This record gives sequence, structure tokens and C-alpha cells, in this order.
Amino acid sequence: MTNKEWPLYEVFIRSKAGLSHKHAGSIHAADDQLALDAARDTYTRRSEGVSIWVVRSSLIVASDPAEAAAFFEPAKDKIYRHPTFYEMPEGVENL
Amino acid sequence: MYTQGLDQKGQADSASNGAESPADLDAFQKRIDNEEKIEPKDWMPEAYRRTLIRQISQHAHSEIIGMQPEGSWLTRAPSLKRKAILLAKVQDEAGHGLYLYGAAETLGVSRDQMVGDLLSGKSKYSSIFNYPALTWADIGAIGWLVDGAAIMNQIPLCRCSYGPYARAMIRVCKEESFHQRQGYDIMVQLCKGSDAQKAMAQDALNRWWWPSLMMFGPTDKDSQHSAQSMAWKIKRFSNDELRQKFIDATVPQGEFIGLSVPDEDLKLDKKTGHYSHGEIDWQEFIEVIKGNGPCNKQRMAKRRKAHDDGAWVRAAAHAYAEKQRNI
Repeated sequence: MTNKEWPLYEVFIRSKAGLSHKHAGSIHAADDQLALDAARDTYTRRSEGVSIWVVRSSLIVASDPAEAAAFFEPAKDKIYRHPTFYEMPEGVENL
Repeated sequence: MYTQGLDQKGQADSASNGAESPADLDAFQKRIDNEEKIEPKDWMPEAYRRTLIRQISQHAHSEIIGMQPEGSWLTRAPSLKRKAILLAKVQDEAGHGLYLYGAAETLGVSRDQMVGDLLSGKSKYSSIFNYPALTWADIGAIGWLVDGAAIMNQIPLCRCSYGPYARAMIRVCKEESFHQRQGYDIMVQLCKGSDAQKAMAQDALNRWWWPSLMMFGPTDKDSQHSAQSMAWKIKRFSNDELRQKFIDATVPQGEFIGLSVPDEDLKLDKKTGHYSHGEIDWQEFIEVIKGNGPCNKQRMAKRRKAHDDGAWVRAAAHAYAEKQRNI
């Protein structure tokens, strides 16, 4: 008998049509179908979802928090991307 | 869902590994002081990580063991409605355990490691679950008092500095108020019933009151490890503050249905609006934590047997998954 730990899955739930799937937590399961079943039982006991995604945690590629400052730096000095950067003349409307 | 003085045990492991520079520690504390949340892969002091692993895993174990006192009444619930409700509640406890194990795993400890530590007795769970549920009224008292005390503990944890723990707590707290209400509802119904039923409710309150107060952990005077958890914003209120809130909220709920808490020294201070209470028997608390409570051995034996009896299911699921991959 094998005693290996079941793989970890991340669970994403769409709470209702029109909204995106959002990370809810994680579960362990032996295979994909059992992961869906376990995610349903664990995270939607009160009708919190209309759709579930499960994905093996090991398949997620994530940015490194230690590198976050450098990684997101290029966006920092481009404040002209925000509408508030522009001063509109007094009296002009619908802008 | 139940925490209790779980930040009290084994603080000896908070020794740092020496590789942490004062600058790193300062920067970390600054993030905490700014109410920033710490997320799984962020740099954190080793002691912070270990404190959280211990607290969250013991919190998870408490949920899992916590299914037992109430689980023992599933087949004896007085009606189909009560049975369905209790089943849903016990299932919630399992779910809470899973949310918490998941949160702890983000800190780099494996599920197997945590489960192994519970089964070997290395890891603790809340002392409250080492008391027996003797009558149906105990199911009322557990929901009302034990879940009530747990809510007091857990609401501040929703603002804990560690993101995954805080998020798990938000989910838990949403579900917990159903637990407390269904417990109080049982007590209300019993108190509307015959003299014998009312006496049963009072008896359950008498037995669960003091252990529930102990759920908040030692007094602030004796709780030497709280300071660091407070500084890290894992903990937001002291044990005594939370205990006081619980007493102030709960005593009137009992009076409302004609029940009185078993404390002759209980007095309402009209000026402050707070109750003062009698001495808690801390020797009893220590004994239960040490493993000498009424049900410690029974709880652990049952958990181990469930784990062993489930081994073939885990193996079969594994074998099936393996087979699917090889087709």
C-alpha cells in the first residue's frame, strides 16, 4: 500500500455568472475528478459557487515576491497612464 | 472552529536561526506595523513562520478532533431535523479543519507532517474537546458556549497579519454563527420544555461553562508569550480581554432563557457594564492539556483508528489515479 501524499490543488470559484473565478483555497486529492468533488464539498457547502476550477498547485507559475519591486517597477513612473494626470480646463464638460 | 491559547505551547522553538539580519527584521516589523498582510512566499522571520505553523495546525487539529463530541450524537439526535442540522455542523468542522491545514501548508509544512504530529501526540488540540457530551443538552451547550467562545477568538483572527490564515478565518467565521445559533436554539427549546428538560439544559451549562472559559487560555499574567504574537499582529486582544467579552455577552443570553452560570462570585459591575467572575481552576486546565482530561485517550484512539481504517481508501484512490495516468 502506498502512503504517498495526494497532490495539492488550488481551487478557484465563480460565485455567480458574470464574475470571474477567484482563488478560494486549496485541497489535496488523488486525481482531477476527486479534486473537483473535494473542492465542491469543502468550498461550496452554502452555494458559494456556480463553477469551480481546480489546478495542480505545482503547475502554477508565480512571480517571485522577493523580486516584486523590480518586476513591477516599469509601471511605477508612468503616472500619465492615469486620467487624473491630466488637468482639465475649468468649465469643460463630459471629460 | 476553535482556538485557545494555542500560541502558548512550545515557544522554545522561536529561537531564530541566526541568519536574520536586524535590517530584515526591522523591515518585516515595519510591514506589520503598517497593517500590510504577509503572504506565503514573502520573507518572514523563522520564529514568525513557526509560531504560525504551530498555531494554525493546532487550530486545524482542534476542528478535526472537535467533530467527535458532537459526532457521538448524530445517531441519537431527537428528530430528523436536528440530525440533519447536526450533520451539517459536524461537516462544517471538517471543512474548517481543511481550510486551516491548507493555510498552514502555505508556510512550508506538509499535510502528512501535520497529521502525523497530531496522531503521535506531538501536536496539541484545544482542551475543550476532551470533555464528554453526555446528554442531548450538551449539543446545545457546545454550540452555544464552545462555538461562542471560538467566535470571540476567531473574529480578531480575521485581521491576522498572515494573509492565508486571515482569509481562512473569514470563511470560518461566516459559518460559525450558524453553529452558535443552532446550539442556543437547542437550549431555548429545552428551556421551554418540561422541568426535566430544563434541568438537563442547566446541567449541561454547569459542566461546559468553566471549560469554555478556559478556551481563552491562561490569564494575561501567566501568558508570557502573548507579547510577541501581539507585536506580530497574529493576536489582537489578550486572553483576558476576550474571556471578558465572552462572559459579558453570554451571561445575559443564559438569563434570557432562565439559566444561570455556575459561578457564585459572578457579579455585574453596573459602572463598567462588565461581569467579574470567580477563580478559574487552572490546575484542571493544565491536567487536561497534559492528557489527563476525561476523554483525551478516547479522542486520540478514535482519531488513530479512523486514520488507519481509511488507509485502504487512500491507497485505492492513489492506485486508480495511477492507472488513469498509464492508460
